[in-house]
Amino acid sequence: MKKGLIAQLDSVNEFEREPVPVGQQRSFKNFLGMYAGEHTAGTEFVIGPLFVAHGVTAFELVFGLLIGNLLAVLSWAFLTAPIAVKVRLTMYFQLEKICGPILVKVYNVVNGLMFCFLAGSMIAVSATAVGIPFGIPMPSLSDFYPSSIGWIITVLFIGAITTIIAMFGYHWVSKFSNIAAPWMILIFFAAGIAVLPNLGVTKISDFWTVANEKIWTGEVMSGQSKFTLWHVIFFSWFANMAMHIGMADLSILRYAKKWYYGFTSATGMYIGHYFAWIASGILYALFLQQSNQSTEFAPGVIAYQAAGIAGAVCVVIAGWTTANPTIYRAGLALQSLKPTAKTWKVTLITGALTTLAACFPALVMKLLDFVALYGLLLMPMGAVIFIDFWLIPKLSLIPNYAAYKGIKINWSAGLTWVVTLFLCVAINQVFGIEIFFLGLPGWFIAAFLYIVLSKLLQKPIQLSAR
Amino acid sequence: MKVILQLISFAGLVLTIIPALLTFSGIIGMDTNKSLMLVGMILWFASAPLWMHKKREDQV
Repeated sequence: MKKGLIAQLDSVNEFEREPVPVGQQRSFKNFLGMYAGEHTAGTEFVIGPLFVAHGVTAFELVFGLLIGNLLAVLSWAFLTAPIAVKVRLTMYFQLEKICGPILVKVYNVVNGLMFCFLAGSMIAVSATAVGIPFGIPMPSLSDFYPSSIGWIITVLFIGAITTIIAMFGYHWVSKFSNIAAPWMILIFFAAGIAVLPNLGVTKISDFWTVANEKIWTGEVMSGQSKFTLWHVIFFSWFANMAMHIGMADLSILRYAKKWYYGFTSATGMYIGHYFAWIASGILYALFLQQSNQSTEFAPGVIAYQAAGIAGAVCVVIAGWTTANPTIYRAGLALQSLKPTAKTWKVTLITGALTTLAACFPALVMKLLDFVALYGLLLMPMGAVIFIDFWLIPKLSLIPNYAAYKGIKINWSAGLTWVVTLFLCVAINQVFGIEIFFLGLPGWFIAAFLYIVLSKLLQKPIQLSAR
Repeated sequence: MKVILQLISFAGLVLTIIPALLTFSGIIGMDTNKSLMLVGMILWFASAPLWMHKKREDQV
């Protein structure tokens, strides 16, 4: 049986260094389910409440999310998907062809670690639900370190199960996500609707008044910064910046038959990052009302109060369905350090690191800042891929320069990455622009730098030699 | 058999969302709503993997 299991794991082939063949491409419906499931996740139970804590008003939330999520969908459809279906390679292999193996290894370590931390936050969210029947003390908004042995044991248990599922590859992740997604989405809606009478909404016309007076009141909770409409727009646009503008979803969308499958991200954005954020904000407002403004911050407890056991189970599964593909992505990133290693072995190590990170509640409490940071760190390489694919050939320069020249590092890309991040930090420090807004100027800085540096550093080559 | 499984799954989803609407309308209480959502969850996860799984394998 053990040999059979190992053989099954060894047979997992995710086309890490070759284009996805036609027979392995997925249907439009498959992507609809995948995006809906992936973005209706454990983090939604955190982000919705954090908007409440950051003092967003009802108008700012409803209209800010509408615009920000639209921009995110357009980014997937027009930036990521067209390149994904043309090259059909993982983001990491595509980047290696442009940047060379040394630079891409550095990038992949950063990338893999960021994904580990993100998946870790989702495992932590699941733990807040699993810990309920055992009476485990839950973390509060100000907790950064593990609060109890019970918390650590719960996180280790969930992390182990999540890792085992991820070890079986994208097919298993996709199946798990697709099965859970329809039910999970309805739980968000159902929980949000059912608690409205407790907040004073007895008919639909009451909603807007209660939303302004009791849910998104505009009052900032202790220790939190004030969010505006612009924060909501940019956060919702850049919440998955690493995936769309940063091009990490080349690894997922390379399975798409057509480029317009990028629009399927709308299911994730408008179900998960719109209605689910609104619903989880409503649940948190009720929790605050019933707990006399408690600082405890445990999505599992919040969902359990609103929807009973089904709510708590939803938090666990929502965490899993996002942690799984995130661990999978992290595994792909770290596998580039040793391409001959078996995917499942790399995923096992990745899952262990993720589980360790999940023990720290800081990942949950500072999730908005972390999400913005990880998107910003990876964004410059997305700009490099975009420019390299569309503009570099038109400028009579060589795309995939490292692969073409057989060099180990493409300094145009390396300097673009480092200088862009340095300038983003400078903009933050000098002009006081918050991290949530840096992605936009950062992308244009990276694009400009990569073009200029390529012009300067690429050695003159006879175009006919291509 | 597949149709029966799909009907069970559908019943699971109905038991997830409809009780919430009834709670909002004041027809049933919160505790009843939570119990029905639990039943809905059990029905969904007991039936959906059996037909959703099979369908995807057919597609490939």
